[in-house]
Amino acid sequence: MTNHYIDIRNSDCILIMGSNAAENHPISFKWVLRAKDQGAKVIHVDPRFTRTSAMADFHTSLRSGTDIAFLGGMIKYILDNNKYFDDYVHNYTNASFIVDEKFTFNDGLFSGYDPGKRKYDKSTWTIKVDSTGIPIKDPTLQNPRCVFQLLKAHYSRYDLEKVSSITGTPVEDLKAVYEMFSSTGVKDKAGTILYALGWTQHTVGAQNIRTMAIIQLLLGNIGICGGGVNALRGEPNVQGSTDQAILTHILPGYLKSPSASQTTLDEYLKKFTPKSSEPQSANWWQNTPKYTVSLLKAWYGDKATKENDFCYSFIPKVDDGQDATLLAMFDKMYNKQIKGLVVIGQNPACSTPNANKVRKAFAELDWMVHVNIFDNETPSFWKGPGVDSKKIKTEVFLLPAAASMEKEGSMSNSGRWVQWKYKAANPPGDALSAGDIVYRIMAKVKEIYKKERGTFPDPILNLQWNYADKKGMWDPVAVAKAVNGYFLEDVTIGEKTYKKGECVPSFALLQADGKTSSGNWLYCGSFTQDGTNLMARRKKDDPTGLGLYPQWSWCWPVNRRIIYNRASVDADGKPYNPKRPLLAWVDGKWAGDVPDGPWPPLTDQEKGKLPFIMKPDGVSSLFGPGMAEGPFPEHYEPLESPLSKNLMSAQLNNPAIRIFTGDIDKVANADPAFPYVCTTYTSTEHWCTGGSTRWQSWLTEAQPQAYVEISRELAEICGVKNGEMVKVESPRGQVECVAMVTTRFRPFKIGGQTIHQVGMTFNYGWLFPKDCGDSANLLTPTVGDANTMTPEYKAFMVNVKKI
Amino acid sequence: MSNGKSILVDTSRCTACRGCQVACKQWNELPGTKTKQVGTYQNPQDLSSETWKLVRFAEGIKDNGKPFWYFFSDQCRHCLVPPCVDTIQGYTDGGALQDQATGAVLFTPKSKEAPFDEVRSSCPYNIPRKDEKTGVLKKCTLCLDRISNGRPPACVLSCPTGALVFGERDEILQMVDKRVEALKITYPKAKAIDADQVRVIYIVTDDPRKYHEHAAA
Repeated sequence: MTNHYIDIRNSDCILIMGSNAAENHPISFKWVLRAKDQGAKVIHVDPRFTRTSAMADFHTSLRSGTDIAFLGGMIKYILDNNKYFDDYVHNYTNASFIVDEKFTFNDGLFSGYDPGKRKYDKSTWTIKVDSTGIPIKDPTLQNPRCVFQLLKAHYSRYDLEKVSSITGTPVEDLKAVYEMFSSTGVKDKAGTILYALGWTQHTVGAQNIRTMAIIQLLLGNIGICGGGVNALRGEPNVQGSTDQAILTHILPGYLKSPSASQTTLDEYLKKFTPKSSEPQSANWWQNTPKYTVSLLKAWYGDKATKENDFCYSFIPKVDDGQDATLLAMFDKMYNKQIKGLVVIGQNPACSTPNANKVRKAFAELDWMVHVNIFDNETPSFWKGPGVDSKKIKTEVFLLPAAASMEKEGSMSNSGRWVQWKYKAANPPGDALSAGDIVYRIMAKVKEIYKKERGTFPDPILNLQWNYADKKGMWDPVAVAKAVNGYFLEDVTIGEKTYKKGECVPSFALLQADGKTSSGNWLYCGSFTQDGTNLMARRKKDDPTGLGLYPQWSWCWPVNRRIIYNRASVDADGKPYNPKRPLLAWVDGKWAGDVPDGPWPPLTDQEKGKLPFIMKPDGVSSLFGPGMAEGPFPEHYEPLESPLSKNLMSAQLNNPAIRIFTGDIDKVANADPAFPYVCTTYTSTEHWCTGGSTRWQSWLTEAQPQAYVEISRELAEICGVKNGEMVKVESPRGQVECVAMVTTRFRPFKIGGQTIHQVGMTFNYGWLFPKDCGDSANLLTPTVGDANTMTPEYKAFMVNVKKI
Repeated sequence: MSNGKSILVDTSRCTACRGCQVACKQWNELPGTKTKQVGTYQNPQDLSSETWKLVRFAEGIKDNGKPFWYFFSDQCRHCLVPPCVDTIQGYTDGGALQDQATGAVLFTPKSKEAPFDEVRSSCPYNIPRKDEKTGVLKKCTLCLDRISNGRPPACVLSCPTGALVFGERDEILQMVDKRVEALKITYPKAKAIDADQVRVIYIVTDDPRKYHEHAAA
């Protein structure tokens, strides 16, 4: 989230799209309803009428996988009707920047496409700069090659009728949503978007979000109270897991993962430290060297010296262009290229797409270690349906883990608030926290390497691994402090001297010379200099009255509750919205939230800075050349779609996605054998694959068995009555479940034809309860987003047959 | 004397998360019922001796062609003049009672001596259920054990959106009036159900029968 949960109450218009917030983030609705009490409008756009829709002022449906068409139409509406926030667009976005002449877009493809590699050469996706390197701008926004005009031209194709024929949303409903949401493009109104996996889990997932970001920038809704682009994260601490880099493309704090071609620290830093000639740009990522060196010092301690590149050579590197994501991992495993697997708190046998492929891949392993509070379909795969246990060679180790309330540590919520929690009870039996388990395994690995050596023992032997308390138990406070970082020598900065061993109280103090450590620069400041844990704060003071609660827990970065908050004020530092003044320049200093940097407002030509401090140009990107499939989001059909032709262009699917071509990666597009669009989701009552909730009888009584929700119209076609058993089939598998015939799904009119959509929860598996049904992910395809490889769980094709 | 306690059930704030349904079972140590998916989110299908709080789901199409999905967190209304108590007491003295301080309506183990069908049909809201093993009649207790000790009922404590509010009856009645008035701007049919007769007062935004057959007396 750019904002945070409580801030939802400050909104005037809440668009919930790609999310079923009421069901999957019940607490978020406390704040949605507070906003509604103040007169806010709540809009829900979703293929299905859900418990969220029931609470909304307005619901309309769209076919799964057509969000860019829906939102592209909103961009056109905003531009055609002058609904954008002029001052903001001019000053805080790259609308006025001039784009390279060779940049083109033609019938679904941008310039530079290589169909063989399914990749773009992005060299024409650039902003023109003058001789000093500063972007060339046209403040009138009239130059046909400026971003604003190119944006306008791109979305001119997304007219209401075209959008309606792709999405299936009635034209009247499109107009209603566009009108309601774009009414927030004035300085004293705020519109927010709450999204979740309904946007990310598509082959165009990242671009779904970018399309909305463009809308929010046009309306001046980013950096303000009640606005923002707000991802409701799927797990209590998934924000923390991202921050700490449980992903292949980043190191902690969103530093880039190094590739094999960056053989030295210098090469790495050169590649990933952005430069800017824009005089008023803070270009915050210019600090990359400080954060990278401090990270290496946290990992390798005294062993990391300037002379040895701070042990940069010790950290693992992916091959250039290597796909090291989840889908690629299971593909390699299926193809016998991976020998061992450690699974912690996860159930890929039910949660990964094309689950039959995953379950078969497990049989190719020599060993699997599974850490969890219950058994689930993953460690028990060898006794699953259709598996001959005698033929399985994989050795499985099931390690009992502590549950959430049985361990101490930090939890980072969607709003970036990092809250410290304490242990309520000891874990039962031999169960240990995941931290303890990982700590002990690595300690043992170090011991074995010390004894037996290995091909390349240095990264393991030199790793700093001192996080145990006096009793030998893993110490979460010690880890959190290492994440925050220490002064490793006495350091004088300005007039202040910091002593060796003290905590670094802000990332602004981190150094690139090895005198500081920090396991994650974004979390630097979570401890004070004297070691007080700010994450444990529980003070309810709210000095601004805006619900920022600055002394409740701690929030990254530097306790800033709403990021990009300098965009909430004009060039003089005056709040655009006097009713909700998030920040204001008063008597030579900032009042309100922690500002995005201490600099004065923009009118101070010498010291003032632009608000989007993480962007090299200091402004936000309506034109976003960092994306894999183009600087402007474009509608493409899901990998599996009911259409053989994209109604928007000649390009059917996202041209930059990876296509898996193995024997088990079957796909059926516009295939009469699989005529219905299917999507998957979770319910309030179960947690993800149900690995922890299916054992709980109060929850299984509420949602006992797998079901497929289908419209009355489709039920009639299939000859199915409510509550009867059906078989749902895709080219990859089949699931038997109960048909829930409902008025909450209705057929779509797409390109003149009637298209039916169904939906299933992925809350079930064969292990327990015995009659609950198996995973919906037996049906989903092995394909991911072009930028993130997040699987396309949300749109694929099936058939439904009465059993 | 105080007018006892009340619960406001504001269905316009209920997301049907079923936290109340589960919290009721947790506090009262009631078992999970073995259920089947029969084509609805509502489960268990009905109240029983082991389910005293049940979120009912009702769906359909509105006049404007859009779907509706109404949620009704059903439980004993704790009537001011409870007909079930009269009926039970008529057969077995001490089989049912009304707590003087709070107004909570309670069945005791002696309730097994009363004819169940008659008790059930005396209830305007179809709440009482019989434990088939012991014959004792069962239903919500207003968490008398909690509210007598300064704690809100378990269901109210679990509610994330403020759809359930517990307090002094006089204060709850004021809240009900205020809320209905505010809702009427958007929902002309908004009303409180039988507010002058029951302690558990439901606010609905449409015809009560669209929520549940026995929503209103």
